[in-house]
Amino acid sequence: MKRGLLVFILFMCILAAAPLYLQQPFLFHLLIMIMMYATMSIGWNVIGGYAGQVSFGNAAFFGVGAYTTAVLLVNYSVNPWLGMLAGCILSVGLAVIVGYPCFRLRGHYFAIATIAVGEIMVVIFTNWDYVGAAVGIYMPIVKESFANFEFHSSKIPYYYIILAMLLFAIAVCYGVEESRLGYYLRAIKDDPDGARSLGIDIQKYKMIAFSISAVLTSICGTFYGQYVLYIDPSSTMDLMMSIHLCIIALIGGIGKIFGPVVGAFVFIPLMELTRVYLGSEGQGIDMIIYSLLVILIAIWRPQGLWALFSKGGK
Amino acid sequence: MSADILIVDNVTKRFGGLTANANISFSMNEGEIIGLIGPNGAGKSTLFNCISCFYNADGGRIIFEGQEITRKDPESICRMGIGRTFQIVRIFRDMNVLENIMIGAFLRNPRRKDAQARSEEVADVFRFTDKLYLKATSLTISEQKRLEVARVFATGPKIMLLDEMMAGLNIHEIKESVELVLRLRGMGMTLVLVEHVMEGIMPIANRVVVLDYGEKIAEGTPDEVINNEKVIAAYFGQKYAKRREHKTRIQ
Repeated sequence: MKRGLLVFILFMCILAAAPLYLQQPFLFHLLIMIMMYATMSIGWNVIGGYAGQVSFGNAAFFGVGAYTTAVLLVNYSVNPWLGMLAGCILSVGLAVIVGYPCFRLRGHYFAIATIAVGEIMVVIFTNWDYVGAAVGIYMPIVKESFANFEFHSSKIPYYYIILAMLLFAIAVCYGVEESRLGYYLRAIKDDPDGARSLGIDIQKYKMIAFSISAVLTSICGTFYGQYVLYIDPSSTMDLMMSIHLCIIALIGGIGKIFGPVVGAFVFIPLMELTRVYLGSEGQGIDMIIYSLLVILIAIWRPQGLWALFSKGGK
Repeated sequence: MSADILIVDNVTKRFGGLTANANISFSMNEGEIIGLIGPNGAGKSTLFNCISCFYNADGGRIIFEGQEITRKDPESICRMGIGRTFQIVRIFRDMNVLENIMIGAFLRNPRRKDAQARSEEVADVFRFTDKLYLKATSLTISEQKRLEVARVFATGPKIMLLDEMMAGLNIHEIKESVELVLRLRGMGMTLVLVEHVMEGIMPIANRVVVLDYGEKIAEGTPDEVINNEKVIAAYFGQKYAKRREHKTRIQ
């Protein structure tokens, strides 16, 4: 494990030093997207990977984070950092409201219910004039500063903010894994009835996991809004985004802290590059390629790519 | 005689038109081993599930330490101090032996360090000390059953309900499991054993409750029960019971 820690620190140093050896804005954009998806996918991993409750509705939390911050900023001039906090609170609220009925469903039925929830959110936000309906919301352009959470001259501040968020997500995930919560979630995934027989309130622990998942996704929503300065329902709560979060964790390694990080570093460049180079060759060729990758990984490395790096798939 | 720790009072459980348990009553004292026996489909496991609240009884009451628990849920029952195992082995398949026990130990030891320390003690009692880091699925069936008991034991129960702990084991393993049950009783545990294996349960049970077709047909010490006509009829059929009765009369 000591060696693992060393590799992790080295990796983080390389990431933190990126502005020293990278210049092209596109590469920064790519790294920002990678880290944003890694953060969210770690969030997905807490509920989908550790607790085994596959959610296809996590994009809803991303949307809630983005919209809460944007609406507060545009209509009430609330600072985006406070907006981020408010977004987290509302996301946890949503997680509890959705989780309460849905966690009674088992296996695939929970996954199906979360798709429905995600789609309902899209429909509501597309028709709700107060939040800009289908037109979306433009963030006001203000003076660039950390406090305003807006930067125009460079992507590097955004880069460091998302790097910090990724570290936060890793720390949270580590805390989960090492504590009673992590053990309980794995027990719930393995055998819910067995878990109950050992005194585990499975409803409660699934709810906690879902809330953690919601927070980690919601902060990325806020980040995305401040980064792109424009949000609309299709860019913030699309079903495809929820599926990507799941696929990233799947590729990297489900139920492992660094699985989603590895997954994001493979999947996002692949997605972006196939889109850039092959996107014009015909609709969906990028999708075909990464679907193929998912199939190959499912066949050859069902534990995910992370298993390549760690001994014995641990 | 100490106060009854568990009272099963007129418990009835129906599945649609089928009555799996009809008005079953018995009670048990602290430190006792009760055997719950009966042919297949007699309603033993149903009664077990009622006591551990995996099912809620349709009629009657179950009282644990003076508190009615009939309509509670399994997780609160475990917290109150009733632990159970399952007929078909249920261990956490993706975890190693230590982690399996820790899931149980976490109930009373929220901190990981404490839970681990407690689990190592429990592993010692159940002779798992040299197997802590093996995958649970790599154990033999007999060891898996023992692990399940260890896991429940780690939750710190006052009563343990063990469902067919000896089924499918060979004679040597049955002996081991009898020994284990006696060791548990030695530590002050109250036990209910559902069992098919007579040679396992008869020597160790203080009392035996016999079920057949969802009803209690006999209760008493193992010797009393073994000579009970109804019990013999239930196990070997009416004909055999009559023939046997005839034979004893001649003798």
